Amino acid sequence: MKIVIPIQLVPDRVEEIVINKEKDGFDLEEIAWILNEFDDHAVEQGIILKEKTGVEVVVVAAGGEKSDEALFTAAAKGADRLIRVNVDFSTEKVNNHALAKIFQTIIMEEKPDLILTGVSNHNGFDGAIGALLAEYLGMPYIGYISGVDIEGMSALVLKDYPGGIKAKMEVALPAVLGISSSEKPPRYVPISKVRQAMKTGSVQEKDGDIDLAGGLIIDRMYEPEVSGRAEILSGSLKDIADRIAEIVKSQGLI
Amino acid sequence: MSEIFVYVEHFQGIVSDITYMCLAQAQQIAKSNGGNVVAVLLGHNIELLSKDLFADEIITVSHDSLAEFTYDPFAAVLAKIIQDKQPGLMIFGDTSIGSDLAGGLSARLHLPLVSFCKEIKAEEGKLRFVAQICGGKIFAEGDLKECTSLVTLSPGKFKAKDGKTTTTPKVSAYSLPAFEKSRITLKEIILPSGEDLDISKEEILIGIGRGIENEDNVSLAKELADALGGELCASRPVIDQGWLSTSRLVGKSGKTIKPKLYLALGISGAPEHVESIEESEMIIAVNTDPEAPIFNIARYGTTENLLDISKELIRSIQKVKGG
Ligand SMILES: Cc1cc2nc3c(=O)[nH]c(=O)nc-3n(C[C@H](O)[C@H](O)[C@H](O)COP(=O)(O)OP(=O)(O)OC[C@H]3O[C@@H](n4cnc5c(N)ncnc54)[C@H](O)[C@@H]3O)c2cc1C
Ligand SMILES: Nc1ncnc2c1ncn2[C@@H]1O[C@H](COP(=O)(O)O)[C@@H](O)[C@H]1O
Repeated sequence: MKIVIPIQLVPDRVEEIVINKEKDGFDLEEIAWILNEFDDHAVEQGIILKEKTGVEVVVVAAGGEKSDEALFTAAAKGADRLIRVNVDFSTEKVNNHALAKIFQTIIMEEKPDLILTGVSNHNGFDGAIGALLAEYLGMPYIGYISGVDIEGMSALVLKDYPGGIKAKMEVALPAVLGISSSEKPPRYVPISKVRQAMKTGSVQEKDGDIDLAGGLIIDRMYEPEVSGRAEILSGSLKDIADRIAEIVKSQGLI
Repeated sequence: MSEIFVYVEHFQGIVSDITYMCLAQAQQIAKSNGGNVVAVLLGHNIELLSKDLFADEIITVSHDSLAEFTYDPFAAVLAKIIQDKQPGLMIFGDTSIGSDLAGGLSARLHLPLVSFCKEIKAEEGKLRFVAQICGGKIFAEGDLKECTSLVTLSPGKFKAKDGKTTTTPKVSAYSLPAFEKSRITLKEIILPSGEDLDISKEEILIGIGRGIENEDNVSLAKELADALGGELCASRPVIDQGWLSTSRLVGKSGKTIKPKLYLALGISGAPEHVESIEESEMIIAVNTDPEAPIFNIARYGTTENLLDISKELIRSIQKVKGG
């Protein structure tokens, strides 16, 4: 049995998210890119399934060499094979429809039984990769997943609803699942183990095409104009703490 | 302007608030650009659900294969309806159900899809989307094409009460199209059990986010909560780590809170979190990033380290209480 996990990099939200000169997209060079946190959960879920059932785990990224760190980190956690589809995102405004089509090609070659991917990516506004990919592949899809078990030729999954409600569903394989959290939190691997994986492992490179047709055209990108903004308290730590205590007291709460 | 369809999401006999928000959005577009608002209601024994939907027409499809949501039959029925009726727009809530359906239909029918949509603006007969992305830090806008566009709308801009009516609209039944056997079966709905606390009823809540960094620091936040006479709750990354129980999750997948005081420690203010804290009477945020979106909704804030502030605040509160 084989699992393919498509992953992607997203802007690090803790850093400044720089908008391009034309004000219609991201400044790809100025942005700090990190692995999409939900893809990190998808990788973890794949590794957990490997530990339980011995499935083969293949992790796929698209773009340039920037994704290699994320790929080798997955290898250090236990992924069996790494694939990178070489496409140049620097000249094109890549969208999730285009990424899903790139992954579709690889998945048709790999013929996995299960595809796990992050439930969403915060920089993509044309749908979740998994939902799109499933339809391109003619497979069933379930998103918002927080647990997966494989039983014979089906998967038993937990789908999240608001308020902590979950639906247990059975889906015939092959299927695509959009992971929002892995059964256990993503494990930490020391950088030395990632370096080791870089030395001993390898990334299989493939060519790919970018087909932007399914996405949306953005003509304006900006930071929100805020109506209200918090009053930022100033002074020493003690001043600020005293002020907060005062505010809480004035609300009659202490 | 052609028709604006809204997908009616319901769970255990109750229409979700997000559906009324979608109807409010649809009504606003209809008001400026014309066109009818049509609610699309799929399920089984759903007659009573249509009574307060603010729409010109309701299309219902009732069948026992639609009694509970699973992707295959729902996507098949909606695909047929969209192809038949060719609405200008079909709005879904940005939810566990809405995002599965809208994503799949976009790929199946080759229709454009706007996710993380904050608002569709009607401007001189044209429609523009506004998507709120990157955890609330960035807005992206563009024109919608002249075909059926799919949208998953996030809560925030529209009020549920504006999507309700007292006059029941015209209901037309749509017959179930033929579809292949579902590849997905619902086994069980699991309700949360063993809740240690109902945070939706608490008056003082201290929310901890990824900024808390490690489990050891949770005890400091707990000390602060005790000093304030409040309880701890958290954003998703903290719950995913297992540092607090799932019943204390605030946000899209968790609970909505409406305390008198919400002290947010190390929470960035992503839309999935913010949608569930907006009814708090007062929000005070501690976040080292001055650009963090949480400051757009908080009344007071500080960019000091949450650990330093927590320690100092425990002292200040004890002083205020003592004196
Ligand atoms: C389908 C789906 C459902 C979701 N459901 C939910 C949900 O129910 N609830 C929820 O919360 N999220 C939910 N999310 C996740 C959401 O998108 C965000 O990822 C999450 O809210 C971020 O949590 P955070 O603010 O704690 O972490 P981050 O966004 O990582 O923010 C941490 C913040 O801490 C600050 N910080 C760091 N160190 C310090 C310090 N020492 N002192 C002070 N500040 C510090 C940083 O500046 C940063 O702003 C969902 C996402 C999806 C896709
Ligand atoms: N998923 C993605 N979406 C948008 N841009 C990306 C993505 N992945 C990588 N990039 C950026 O696109 C540019 C080209 O990537 P590279 O070929 O790796 O240098 C770099 O700025 C990357 O960081």
